[in-house]
Amino acid sequence: MKEKLQSFIENAGWPRIIIGLFLLSLFIAAPFVGVRLDASLSDTLVRVGMNGVLVLAMVPMVQSGCGLNFGLPLGIIAGLLGAVTSIQIGITGGIGFLIAMAIAVPLAVVFGWMYGQLLNRVKGDEMMIATYVGFSSVALMCMAWLLLPYTSPTMIWGYGGSGLRTTISVEGFWLNALSKYLHIQIGQFFYIPVGMYLFFGLMVFLVWGFFRTKTGTAITAVGSNPEFARASGIDVDKMRTISVVLSTVLGAIGILVYEQSFGFIQLYMGPFYMAFPAVAAILLGGASVNKASMMNVLVGTFLFQGILTMTPSVINSVMQTDMSEVIRIIVSNGMILYALTRKVMVKR
Amino acid sequence: MADRNKGSMNLKNILANNAVPIIFIGLSAIAIPISGFSGTYLIQEMLTRLARNSFLVLSLLIPILAGMGLNFGMVLGAMAGQIGLIFVTDWAVSGVSGMALAALIGTPIAVVLGYICGAVLNKAKGREMVTSYILGFFVNGVYQLIVLYTMGKLIPISNPQLVLSRGYGIRNAINLTGVRHALDNLIPFRISGIDVPLATFIFIGMFCLFIVWFRKTKIGQDMRALGQDMKVAEEAGIPVERTRIIAILISTILACYGQIIFLQNIGTMNTYNSHEQAGMFAIAAILIGGASVSRATITNVFVGVILFHLMFVVSPMAGKELIGQAQLGEYFRVFVSYGIIALALVLHAWRRMRAKAEARRSLRGEE
Repeated sequence: MKEKLQSFIENAGWPRIIIGLFLLSLFIAAPFVGVRLDASLSDTLVRVGMNGVLVLAMVPMVQSGCGLNFGLPLGIIAGLLGAVTSIQIGITGGIGFLIAMAIAVPLAVVFGWMYGQLLNRVKGDEMMIATYVGFSSVALMCMAWLLLPYTSPTMIWGYGGSGLRTTISVEGFWLNALSKYLHIQIGQFFYIPVGMYLFFGLMVFLVWGFFRTKTGTAITAVGSNPEFARASGIDVDKMRTISVVLSTVLGAIGILVYEQSFGFIQLYMGPFYMAFPAVAAILLGGASVNKASMMNVLVGTFLFQGILTMTPSVINSVMQTDMSEVIRIIVSNGMILYALTRKVMVKR
Repeated sequence: MADRNKGSMNLKNILANNAVPIIFIGLSAIAIPISGFSGTYLIQEMLTRLARNSFLVLSLLIPILAGMGLNFGMVLGAMAGQIGLIFVTDWAVSGVSGMALAALIGTPIAVVLGYICGAVLNKAKGREMVTSYILGFFVNGVYQLIVLYTMGKLIPISNPQLVLSRGYGIRNAINLTGVRHALDNLIPFRISGIDVPLATFIFIGMFCLFIVWFRKTKIGQDMRALGQDMKVAEEAGIPVERTRIIAILISTILACYGQIIFLQNIGTMNTYNSHEQAGMFAIAAILIGGASVSRATITNVFVGVILFHLMFVVSPMAGKELIGQAQLGEYFRVFVSYGIIALALVLHAWRRMRAKAEARRSLRGEE
């Protein structure tokens, strides 16, 4: 028993256990401080569904050895372009959402391909460069949002007559296009967006399936040992490019799923820091800088979003202050830091 | 090495090595006339900004010398400096003595943070930059925890103007009336209508001399060896980990002083934002000055600060005149500061990879 516990601790790692216990204690404490358990559980589940695909977007690049995808904003931008174009066309409901995706995915493929070419030239320094590629593409798009010739009155600034707004509501277009599909409502507070979960499940299944095909296996091989992969005749650069394209496409789809549930498209500096919660979530789920599984995605997203949902309500009721933002910063960056410093120790 | 020096004599190599500053000089040459600013105004602005920012940027030099790349962890030092300033403002110590006291309070905090940063980076060799970058975010969380939740409660703050109305936590913006321009106006100096913050420049000059001297000391030489090849340095008996910690320690302490100088010039402190910008702007500036991740000189620092801040002043105005939207110029500036860091990092990684491939090829050829 003791040995089992010890091996469990070793596998899970202390940070994850501490955070898991912390979350558990938050859930236990919730009813005693007057926070409704069903409402907070439902909130957590909604947010897991919202963020799941964005976290999933980390997996391909981690598996191919490109490291954590801090360049996620690039995929998000493709998704945003799809979203605003779909609203410009003006088709509502599920079809509008599909159109947004149909526009976003090819864009993401193009962006991802270019991004992949870049990352192939800077092997070993991917993460830092990815961060700044993400940042600079967000800043570049800030100019584009001002200048692109969109005309839909729901999206452009009222007074200037041109330039997109910082926040655009998708209400009346495809708000909850996935979430309200087959949703379950129990009582007043408990709600499960089944449609969104089905979609998330489909994405997880597709990625899981992909990593069992020949190409997927080759990508994993490149990630675990590039020299060996090259020796066995795998085109390393090509596999890395495929993984980057896949990550970028998932990022684009992920932001659309996020927006249809959240209700707003956030432009300009909105996508700036969006990579960090996703990175932290997958690491919290037990992924390392060069290995990630579907299980890591699910566990990590639940733990991370659980903490984000529970800390404001519970801690506020206990201490009458909002510490959630600070806790979020410390937990997410602490997790990334832990992963960055750990791998080298394992290598030795 | 000798071949490379000879090669750099011809024009093409000079252009290639200084591509970034040359592009920026070109951009400024276009943007200045469009913006319509007068020469005196620009010179005054540049002098002020040179005095304000140089020290922060200079603090990046030593980790680069030690081969640890750009020290994104310099924000740790900036935070230490800000904590010092919070106390000084609370105790109402003003003038240069206030600044000195702030530095005195900030130093031990910077030493502790710098040591932690160095120790963490020793565990992440080969990816110092991304680790120091995330460490900056992490410590920012701890900083907020302390400043926002314990100051005024566990840590006594007597001045009610500093504390949020709820009774604890520091306000978002602090007016640094006591130390504003304390160093800049220490030696009043005016030349044809332009104020020159002479004392600050003397301070910066002294610090440049310190760096020149430091490079020649035993430990400076050790760092240079480390920067060239960590393994060789280790075999030569240089205490690698210790030397790396010292490099980061010095950088953090200097960033602490740099932030104090920066804020005494600005005059107000954004308690929760000032330090975040410090790192980004300093790194963009040194890269625009023509430094790379592995090589940086004092000249790079000054050229970089001038060019970066010229862009900073001119681009919103140029954007407004050109397209009628100042916001566009503002975004352009943000894009440039991030894009330039991305570009510099890419160029560095690319060059390193090519050198590696070349070394492999020549090895194969000889065998």
